[in-house]
Amino acid sequence: MAKANNIWKNIDWVTVIIYAVLVLLGWMNIYAAVYNEEHRYIFDMSRQYGKQLIWIVAAVLIAVSVMNVDSKFFTSFAYVFYGVTILLLMAVLVLGKKVNGARSWFEIGDFRLQPSEFAKYATVLAVSQYIGSMGFNLKKRSSILKLTMILAIPAILILLQPDAGSALVYGILILVLFREGMSGVILFFGFLIALLFILALVLSKLTLLIVMVLMCFVAYAMLRQRFIEALKGLGMITGLTLLLMGVEAISHIGLEPWLCLLGSSIFFGTLFFLFAYRDKIIHVSLIIWIFFGSILFTSTVDYSFHHFLEAHQQNRINDLLGISSDPLGAGWNVHQSMIAIGSGGFFGKGFLQGTQTKFDFVPEQSTDFIFCTVGEEWGFVGALVIISLFIFLLLRLLRMADRQHSTFSRVYGYGTACILFFHFAVNIAMTIKLAPVIGIPLPFFSYGGSSLWSFTLLLFTFIRLDANRLERF
Amino acid sequence: MDRYSGRRFVIGGICVVVAFVFVAKLFVLQIMNPEYKQYADRNVLRRIVQYPSRGLIYDRNGKLIVYNQAAYDLVVIPREVKSFDTLEICSILEIQKQELVDGLKKAKDFSRYRPSILVSQISSMQYAILQERLFRFPGFFVQLRSLRQYEHKTGAHFLGYIGEVDAELVKKDSYYKPGDYIGKSGIERFYEKELRGRNGVSFYMVDVHNQIKGPYMNGKLDTLAQRGKNLTTSIDVGLQEYGEQLMRNKVGSVVAIEPSTGEILCLVSSPTYDPSLMIGRSLSKNYSKLVTDSLRPLFNRALMSQYPPGSIFKIAQGLIALNNNLVTWDTGFPCNKSLVHCHNHPAPNNMGLAVQYSCNPYFYQVFKRIIETGRYPNKFLDSEYGLDRWRSQMLNFGFGQKLGLDLPGEKKGSLPSSKLYNKLYGEHRWAFTTIYSLGIGQGEVMVVPVQMANLAATIANRGYYITPHVVKKIDNRSDMITQKFKRHDINIQKRYFEYMANAMQAVVADRGGTGGQARVDGITVCGKTGTAQNPHGDDHSVFICFAPKDNPKIAMAVYVENAGQGGEWAAPIAGLMIEKYLKDTIPTYRKAQEKKIMDANLLHRYIMQNFFRKKR
Repeated sequence: MAKANNIWKNIDWVTVIIYAVLVLLGWMNIYAAVYNEEHRYIFDMSRQYGKQLIWIVAAVLIAVSVMNVDSKFFTSFAYVFYGVTILLLMAVLVLGKKVNGARSWFEIGDFRLQPSEFAKYATVLAVSQYIGSMGFNLKKRSSILKLTMILAIPAILILLQPDAGSALVYGILILVLFREGMSGVILFFGFLIALLFILALVLSKLTLLIVMVLMCFVAYAMLRQRFIEALKGLGMITGLTLLLMGVEAISHIGLEPWLCLLGSSIFFGTLFFLFAYRDKIIHVSLIIWIFFGSILFTSTVDYSFHHFLEAHQQNRINDLLGISSDPLGAGWNVHQSMIAIGSGGFFGKGFLQGTQTKFDFVPEQSTDFIFCTVGEEWGFVGALVIISLFIFLLLRLLRMADRQHSTFSRVYGYGTACILFFHFAVNIAMTIKLAPVIGIPLPFFSYGGSSLWSFTLLLFTFIRLDANRLERF
Repeated sequence: MDRYSGRRFVIGGICVVVAFVFVAKLFVLQIMNPEYKQYADRNVLRRIVQYPSRGLIYDRNGKLIVYNQAAYDLVVIPREVKSFDTLEICSILEIQKQELVDGLKKAKDFSRYRPSILVSQISSMQYAILQERLFRFPGFFVQLRSLRQYEHKTGAHFLGYIGEVDAELVKKDSYYKPGDYIGKSGIERFYEKELRGRNGVSFYMVDVHNQIKGPYMNGKLDTLAQRGKNLTTSIDVGLQEYGEQLMRNKVGSVVAIEPSTGEILCLVSSPTYDPSLMIGRSLSKNYSKLVTDSLRPLFNRALMSQYPPGSIFKIAQGLIALNNNLVTWDTGFPCNKSLVHCHNHPAPNNMGLAVQYSCNPYFYQVFKRIIETGRYPNKFLDSEYGLDRWRSQMLNFGFGQKLGLDLPGEKKGSLPSSKLYNKLYGEHRWAFTTIYSLGIGQGEVMVVPVQMANLAATIANRGYYITPHVVKKIDNRSDMITQKFKRHDINIQKRYFEYMANAMQAVVADRGGTGGQARVDGITVCGKTGTAQNPHGDDHSVFICFAPKDNPKIAMAVYVENAGQGGEWAAPIAGLMIEKYLKDTIPTYRKAQEKKIMDANLLHRYIMQNFFRKKR
């Protein structure tokens, strides 16, 4: 199999080209975002675009070196890398430079390094190594526990900086577990919890309860195909609720409408559950379990929202959900970002013609909000191109991951795709007010050496593994 | 291939769904919502106004009265303020710390991103110190403003003052922005459009820090500022100042007009104030002090105070009677004190003597003939007709209406009509005997000082007046002014005016004349005294005059409240004013008179009157 060993022939050049295109477009947009009449020269080393060029050249060197490393190196050193980054993450908490309230950076002279960026790479390697190892079994509790540890240690260390955005990234690796055979129900519950969290913040107690009760009956009707029964049950709950409200109207004992509904749904819920338990109707028992669980969960949302989230995080979520509006304060970034993108129109204002980003109305316009420059100067068309490039890259990575022979390579491929997807989705979503502001970069696009290098390492390690896919190890 | 390989499509599907959501949201943002474009423009475009220098004001001889001086406002953009040494800034600006804290809070409440004025009109000394240290106070800037300065401490009333424009006007007139200056009274207000010039506007693109990044559309939309026009007033500053000195510690007014042109030579309202009190940071403090002063120094009595004219009204009365052939110049009436009170004087055998002695019963008879026309047998109807005919002829003199000066706030005075008396007494329930006191300038008739001066000017011109005005030239051109202020003929034969002038000459020149104190060596002064009865307190001293008799150069009205006899106070003031204007120096033999008048303090009478008025 001489052919298999010729790495340069087996490289997935399409991925490399998309990578190159994204990096160069990113560089161009950084130039436009911080463009300044006095420093027109794109190679001006005192400016961000000049520096980004240095990072790009270094990234190319990293990519080439990665391609020249034996692929066994990654499996052998996965835990070592992981260990080193954990040490770095610990060190940065003590020795790091405080920027914007977070200790995320090592500063050595003019040079800055963000270990949390590299931690993603090391963690994906470690996760792949562990899942690929012989002893791993998704059904074993000890395996799950160890895997959770691998993910939780860097996430917690990063949370301590504090940098909630970068910590959240590790959550997306649940998709990798899903691919490896984890039950879809867990994904469903994850989705349900997120939905309930948002609904609990946005809706009043009464509306939330009505929505939940209705959802239960819809689920019942769908699962058992008995629509009349569902309507009857709904009628009973409504009747009891109205009765309780009538009692309140006469006695004024302080039964608010939502309490009436809660009382009657708990009463009938318990009743239905007993019947279902007797007749062994699993669907109904499940629905009622979920219903009660949801009620318990939503009642804690308010508390946890106010106690576990920082004030600025609460503000960002409130702004996103439209609970409060403060375009000059907490909502300033997103408001200006929307103006930048919205004012781009269909074809955009043209290269270097953006005013929102250039004149600093959009903060972090070269890093977290780089997508604004795309939207403002290249319009809908430009944004569409960038989104398409990312989706193309992601789908291609997923395809490449599935053609791997070794579990290590496959898990690593999925890990890479998931990390890139999370950054892509959250970064763009926050610029167009679909997600709260979470400070994470747009891969290959945002200004910054650490993030560019870590994404390059992440991607090219996979390209290296893929080039070797025919090899068995 | 393992059995979970299908899940790749679930994960891929999630990616694609997210991408679709993004594209849909971007479509709504970028294509469905054009308002984001406007937001972006509003963010970057700044309209920067260049304030032109306000026009200067000169007196009739080209002496500078009002000019401009640079002042500086300290402006703050709260967002850019970093922690700074409050003590240092307070000590430079000489303000209290609390003032600074309050100001910053106010600015923050207005906007965190837009500049607002923190301390207005800091002195150039403070500016010089501040400018050097400003780099230590990020977020603070200094903005140039111009302030009015006064060469003489005189003429506050007709000059007026400028102040910040009201919020209401800002809404109505798009020219003004909050914080702009506008003329609030006097010439500053009346000639606001001429004085202000035109603001220049430049459009710039700015960044989020409001720092200018460059002109918008290469300055195609920009306009240049045009300086304000300079005004030459008709006021003689020397005369104005002298008049104010003579009226010191008295309440009243002196108005002088050049009869041939209608130009106002002086417009004294006493008590007055130093116009430089009404500039800069001390404006509001001084304003509230002046506005609560019981002597009402802000009140321009020359245009706004409505007085009973007293005996000077007899001149107009006589002219009307003569012109309607109700009497002749030689008609005599006995001084019958049972009709109306009078003082002792020789018999008024013609109108000239009656004017000279200011005989009340004589003008009672004259006015009786004016009112009782004999047209209707019913005396009530007849009086009604007579009064309205009289009123229409009196209106020709400019009484009972605004003369139309180029100053704001002028009052009409009042000329009663039959309607007024019908309202007061009921229809057909009043006749001549009810209203006879109008004949001697008492009762319901009210006149403002500038109307009295205008009467003097009318007689000086022998039958016409030119609407009085204070501005002669706008940017050295007089055509606009001469077009605007027109000649008004009284429609009374010129010879009657000539007779009246003779009688007025006698008032001053003759031994028994009441206006002897207005005499000026070598100049024939014609005048008429008046002692306006004041039911609230001491009588008002009134004098109108013009000089010289032939080819008059100055016509004047002097009104001194609560001063008593017209000949005692008003006439000598007029005499000194004429000396000053026509001869420029006060002869030594008059120095004693001048000193007596300048030193006289009649304020206590005014204060007493108001005290008792309030009690009643």
